[in-house]
Amino acid sequence: MTHRIAAGIMPLLDSAILVAAREKGFAEAEGLDLHLVREISWANIRDRMAVGHFDVAHMLAPMPIACNLGMTPLATPTLAPMALGLGGNAVTVSVALWQKMADAGSVGDLDPTTAGRALRATIAAVAKAGRPTLRFGVVHPHSGHNYELRYWLAASGIDPDRDVEIVILPPPLMADAIGAGRIDGYCAGEPWNTAAVAKGLGHIATVKAAIWKSSPEKVLGVAAPWAEANPGELAALLRALYRSAEWCAQPGNREELAGLLSCPHYLDCPVDWLLPALSGQIRSGAGTVQVDDFFLPQAKAATFPWKSHALWFYSQMVRWGQINATAENAAKALDTYRPDLYRSALKPLGVALPGANAKVEGALTSPTPVGSAGASLVLGPDGFFDGKVFDPDAIDAYLKSQQVRD
Amino acid sequence: MAAASLAILVIDENRIRAAIIEAGLREAGHERVTLIHDIAGIAARIAEIEPDVIVIDLENPNRDMLENMFQLSRVVKRPIAMFVDRSDASSIEAAVDAGVSAYVVDGLRKERVKPILDMAISRFRAFSRLAQELEEARSELQGRKVIDRAKGILMRSKGISEHEAYALLRKTAMNQNRKIADIAQSLVTAAGLLGEGDQP
Repeated sequence: MTHRIAAGIMPLLDSAILVAAREKGFAEAEGLDLHLVREISWANIRDRMAVGHFDVAHMLAPMPIACNLGMTPLATPTLAPMALGLGGNAVTVSVALWQKMADAGSVGDLDPTTAGRALRATIAAVAKAGRPTLRFGVVHPHSGHNYELRYWLAASGIDPDRDVEIVILPPPLMADAIGAGRIDGYCAGEPWNTAAVAKGLGHIATVKAAIWKSSPEKVLGVAAPWAEANPGELAALLRALYRSAEWCAQPGNREELAGLLSCPHYLDCPVDWLLPALSGQIRSGAGTVQVDDFFLPQAKAATFPWKSHALWFYSQMVRWGQINATAENAAKALDTYRPDLYRSALKPLGVALPGANAKVEGALTSPTPVGSAGASLVLGPDGFFDGKVFDPDAIDAYLKSQQVRD
Repeated sequence: MAAASLAILVIDENRIRAAIIEAGLREAGHERVTLIHDIAGIAARIAEIEPDVIVIDLENPNRDMLENMFQLSRVVKRPIAMFVDRSDASSIEAAVDAGVSAYVVDGLRKERVKPILDMAISRFRAFSRLAQELEEARSELQGRKVIDRAKGILMRSKGISEHEAYALLRKTAMNQNRKIADIAQSLVTAAGLLGEGDQP
């Protein structure tokens, strides 16, 4: 008997694991009819999950945490039993802003340190000349994009709330907003950075994979009541998605995957826009830069829902004044990510799993083999570009160290 | 009438549907209704209008931006919440099913807003019914044209009558459990590929 699962997705490259699970038969092999519905806003994903149109969804990794902390309208209990890959985002700036940054020393190698220094100098010059504050777009207040953009700015000596303005825009509209001069830059997922470069409207300044290596981006959000009522189907879905992630990670499948994603009912964009993120050959606007681990669908435990990732997102919600720091809130964030469900679902596959549910983020400076159940697994590097380390057991000290101002 | 004093903002890129909603609101006695089709400069418009109720279609890609704006007090003077948050489950489902959502300023009584949302839901439903009927009529007309072209191809290539050509299409459709228009479309496409255009 085939079980039908309805999943909401957004038109982004990292819907790949869900799309391939359906199109390449991994869901079917687990006895699932995975029905994918493309949505137009994260608010719609949330609302349609709340009313039961969707059982599961492609979600921004902090979104289920925000739901469980009651930070959004129509918040309903949501689980994150699996991640949908690591990395995949970039920071794009307008051609005019890039020119100023280049004049201030940015060399176009996507390095966050030099790009951040050049942006800081540019912002100082803009302020001195009395011109309007630079405006950056992100896709959602509770998104990896918002937090990594803010992290990069703050670590570069730029106050994200005072020195720039951050606005919310849907990713497919970012490139045109830069073209129309409504924003000066943005942080978004692929292919919406490559799109701006391809249209000659933007220049990629730096990438998520350099701001924080091996960092979380999207998760499978699951409606808690559905998960409770359908444990077998959920486990089957996680297995199907794991197999799909393996397929997505094969270099030989890149072109086929790009072709699938480019279809009108998924991303509806040129195939060319999808290949840079899959190969790591990023076209920045000044040339092609090879970025290691730009988007990881499977390697380095890319689908494992690390509790330390959940806690880091919570730490940024606190840092930017979105939620109060309390033990209760921290516990809710921690409980949102469910490696226990991931482990039990994948057990029959006999695949390599991490030995722990949390790790010190930034502890690994190079690819490191780690012990696990029989099979081999490599983790890292997983460092932040400023060299700071996030120890999930010392969250209070971390929060204190991150205060931008008193 | 107290309800008439509410300022209502309708954000809908579909001008026809927005006009239908506006007409409904005015019929219900609401005088202060503003329609916005283009999201550009919306923050300034919201500050100016100070709406009590905002009705928005779910096809609008800018809902995440709007919700963020509602949470920032420096853009909107009064906090705005999602109406369905304080509503019953059936209302929420009806609104999402119909493709509409509403936001209200904090403190507004549910009874004052519910009729507005109910009206928006019923008008959204009516609009999609209308759009669907229009689409069906259009595809029916298109189907009839394709069937005529397919009949012409069969008549010329097989030297049969119009009646026989139609019977052949119908029989094939029945055998393959498909629509006559689909069979006709396949034939027209195939004839085009084979360079046997249906032009005389």
